Amino acid sequence: MINTNTVNYIASLARLHLDEGEAGKFARNLEDIIHYVEQLNKLDVKDVKPTSHVLDVENVFRADAVTPSLSNDQALGFAVDRHKGFYKVPKIIE
Amino acid sequence: MNFFDQTAHELLALLKEGKTTSEAIASSFMTRAKVVNAKTNAFIRLPEAAPDSCGVIPLPIGIKDNICIKNALTTCGSRILVGFRPPYDAGVVEKVKDSGGIVLGGLNMDEFAFGSSTETSAYGPVRNPWDQAHVPGGSSGGSAASVAAGQVVWALGSDTGGSVRQPASFCGVVGLKPTYGRVSRYGLVAFGSSLDQIGPLTKDVTDCAMLLNIIAGFDRRDSTSVDRPVPDYTKALVRDVKSLRIGVPREYFIEGIQPAVLKAVRDAIDVLKNAGAVVKEISLPHTQYAVAVYYIVATAEASSNLARFDGVQYGLRVLPDKARKTALVDMYETTRQKGFGDEAKRRIMLGTYVLSSGYYDAYYLRAQKVRTLIKQDFEKAFAQCDAIVCPTSPTTAFRIGEKIADPLAMYLSDIFTIPANLAGIPAVSLPCGFDAQKLPIGLQIMTKAFDEETLLRVAFSYEQATPWHLERAKL
Amino acid sequence: MEFETVIGLEVHLQLNTQTKIFCGCRNAFGNEPNTNVCPVCLGLPGSLPVLNRQVLLNGIKAGLALNCEINTFVKFDRKNYYYPDLPKGYQISQYDFPIAKKGFLTVVSDGKEKRIGITRAHLEEDAGKLIHDDSLNASLVDYNRTGTPLIEIVSEPDMRSAQDAYDYLTALKLTLQYLDVSDCDMEKGSLRCDANVSIRPKGETKLGTKTELKNLNSFKAVKSAIEYEVERQQRIVLSGGKIVQETLLWDENKGVTITMRSKEEAHDYRYFPEPDLVPFTLTPAEIDAVRQELPELPYVKQKRLQAEYGLNEYDSFVLINDRAMADFFEACTKLYPEFKKICNWITGPVMKETNERKMALAELHLSPEKMVALIRSVEDGTISNLVGKDVLTAVIDTGKDVASVIREKGLAQISDDSALEKIIEEVLKENPQVIDQIKAGKGSATGFLVGQAMKKMQGKANPKKLNDLIQRRLQNA
Repeated sequence: MINTNTVNYIASLARLHLDEGEAGKFARNLEDIIHYVEQLNKLDVKDVKPTSHVLDVENVFRADAVTPSLSNDQALGFAVDRHKGFYKVPKIIE
Repeated sequence: MNFFDQTAHELLALLKEGKTTSEAIASSFMTRAKVVNAKTNAFIRLPEAAPDSCGVIPLPIGIKDNICIKNALTTCGSRILVGFRPPYDAGVVEKVKDSGGIVLGGLNMDEFAFGSSTETSAYGPVRNPWDQAHVPGGSSGGSAASVAAGQVVWALGSDTGGSVRQPASFCGVVGLKPTYGRVSRYGLVAFGSSLDQIGPLTKDVTDCAMLLNIIAGFDRRDSTSVDRPVPDYTKALVRDVKSLRIGVPREYFIEGIQPAVLKAVRDAIDVLKNAGAVVKEISLPHTQYAVAVYYIVATAEASSNLARFDGVQYGLRVLPDKARKTALVDMYETTRQKGFGDEAKRRIMLGTYVLSSGYYDAYYLRAQKVRTLIKQDFEKAFAQCDAIVCPTSPTTAFRIGEKIADPLAMYLSDIFTIPANLAGIPAVSLPCGFDAQKLPIGLQIMTKAFDEETLLRVAFSYEQATPWHLERAKL
Repeated sequence: MEFETVIGLEVHLQLNTQTKIFCGCRNAFGNEPNTNVCPVCLGLPGSLPVLNRQVLLNGIKAGLALNCEINTFVKFDRKNYYYPDLPKGYQISQYDFPIAKKGFLTVVSDGKEKRIGITRAHLEEDAGKLIHDDSLNASLVDYNRTGTPLIEIVSEPDMRSAQDAYDYLTALKLTLQYLDVSDCDMEKGSLRCDANVSIRPKGETKLGTKTELKNLNSFKAVKSAIEYEVERQQRIVLSGGKIVQETLLWDENKGVTITMRSKEEAHDYRYFPEPDLVPFTLTPAEIDAVRQELPELPYVKQKRLQAEYGLNEYDSFVLINDRAMADFFEACTKLYPEFKKICNWITGPVMKETNERKMALAELHLSPEKMVALIRSVEDGTISNLVGKDVLTAVIDTGKDVASVIREKGLAQISDDSALEKIIEEVLKENPQVIDQIKAGKGSATGFLVGQAMKKMQGKANPKKLNDLIQRRLQNA
């Protein structure tokens, strides 16, 4: 059962703020979808291996060789907020 | 003669014959793109001056707004990436530029590719060129509509659960999803990393083969890109399906399919039969579970892929009027609340939920196992047939606003396209008729992994025996 | 009530490959902020990771050196959480198939050998750096460090004292330095350590509630913090309280562990297999190839140096603490048979030079040939021991060979008896009262006379010879 408490918890895990009323709407949506996907429980998958990669490929590497980096200007060109060479965010209390 | 109704191969012939220049072509498309965009909204932002081009294939190509173009605005149809300009080109964009392509970014899309109608874009919906009250499909709605409307010669879209094929079918154009790993994902803003592929949207199958030639190939920056030679796909454009075994999966011909779609697809199968193909009914028994598997696996991956959109580095940053938690958490939560639309939030939350502590085995792990069963269905099928033929979508293009309020109904419209992504196999949609409202119907063909050649051969054989690819939307 | 302390350590080491784990940016420390970055380590939309093969090889090396089982099937997973130093909003790490597991490290403490179990070792990427700026009322982010390859080594809770923990860290650092996979430098941040501490009544087998200690910036701090925390936990239990499972920060200045100010919710990392990286399988042959390349490990070397060269525990320990010194010692033994003398020169004057110059042995450009030539010059009386130390400094400064330095500086000892006797006469004339002392039986006063003679000769005399000559002279007097 996915109720507003569940949705509020999930939203906080996902760093999403929900306004009043939104939680209820999303709870209904998620409940419907989860109910739908639970049909997978009908299948016996005990001896089936999961697929995380649909390709039969393994061992892809790169060599330990330097490739060009971005310049500081390029790295900060799209920065929301910057200070000298850094990205700037609200003060974090640890 | 206008250029915007021409295919790429026709335009190249004109260039070769000296009958026109690439500048004239580019300029014509730029004008057309502007004029018609008020009707389609296929472009989020209209291309400015066409970049210079000199190369083998100097034609205007539209790029879906989730594929990075260096220093160009890239929004993925979302407000959260407002102002973001990536400092690098996607692998496919490099290839297109190398071939001389005139790259026009900004094709409209469902936000972060979440959708089947391009109605979740933060920049307004795209309208189907065949009937502007109808959706173009999604999430590559802008790509499909721009090709159908002649705003670009051809376009690139992305396909995670059908997002190239379904809009292709709704807009009466050809849309191909390559085998997973055939085309580089480097520079494609990720949605479902184990499912995503970039694919061509074109006016006909010949153009499709040409564009696939350009974009396919190994990229060492993408670990999931396969190091396998790229054949010349245009060599597959042969009208010959004699003795080819066509599988018709019974699970794709079910209750609820629009009668016009059913008829057009069955007629198409007859065309292939008459051309010498051997048609047999097959079964893909786990088809009914595909949508469920997809909405667990894809949303799980998406919830993680979208965690980086947080207001720290780029894009939107919003702080709340009143402090709720710490300044940092407030920034995260408010930015993402204001930056994402409802469908994005829904999928992020769904993905977070199925991965969360205590639920991983019940949902994600189980879904990955059923994915194996679906993949095995196809492996068994391809032992008995060379190509599978079926509808692309259960319906033709629905009206704008018709399904948006019912997420689950929207998800079910992907029922025939999702399985190919889950199995990693290539699939194409091409026009096979119209319904009574003159809305296009799409035929889907699927082949085994890395057999785009058979795919294109069957598609070409069908196309050349029918008139559909010559139709143009009137705008 | 008697308590037993139970400690486990989680150590993160930065691997010293040329480039980062998933991209080709330089793996370097100390650059200007955000200059060692690219779309991949910045986590820009559309970027994808590709594994640096050398990182995997270094992981296997470390696992083997720690006596671990190497997993032949290895994969990466996403660890999802939000923090500004983590650009993708997830860290690529390893969850259920780490590179190595079930190993141990032999630690020598107080002459006794102890085995500390290693639960697992896995590879992952490092995060960026945050600087909190009060004047700006903001925090600043530098992503140079994102993507630096890390190996995380988790020990079994086998340590029973703060000293155990200190010894474990020392042994771990030395072992990994021998492999040359990491600098293991806590000051530079290439070695970081968190400690899990709990107590239980002696004899009890169940584990008590543990606390996790962070912000430990030196081995000494690890020891002090554990000692403090053990005492704190004991006080609580003895007064009837219960230990709260939490993360505590070590405050070096105040010498206490403190609760973190921000209430940390238990993280739900939502691990799932990394879809952007394919799995890796290792063959036994590949693992063996790495095993063949392992150098002789420190404590094995120490035992062998004792056995082969007759060195004592202390001397051999000093030598193995720097693999280069141990190798240098052995190279010298091939040229000269007096092992103890070589050892003394290396552990004495040579190490003094490296310490004072703050340089590594290699940077001194002191060859085994030069070292042995120097020792021979002292042993055969060409120069005195005292002068020998100056010659060493000069050889290092100039790069010249020993003979040239002795010749150019005119440092050769004067061995000519008549010259020495002349100086001795002077010294005796100047110090009549000392002669009386010697005659009265105070033999040690001879040493004073030798010293005076050495002074007059600017050290260029063999003290033993001087002693002999003085004695002879006095007898004859």
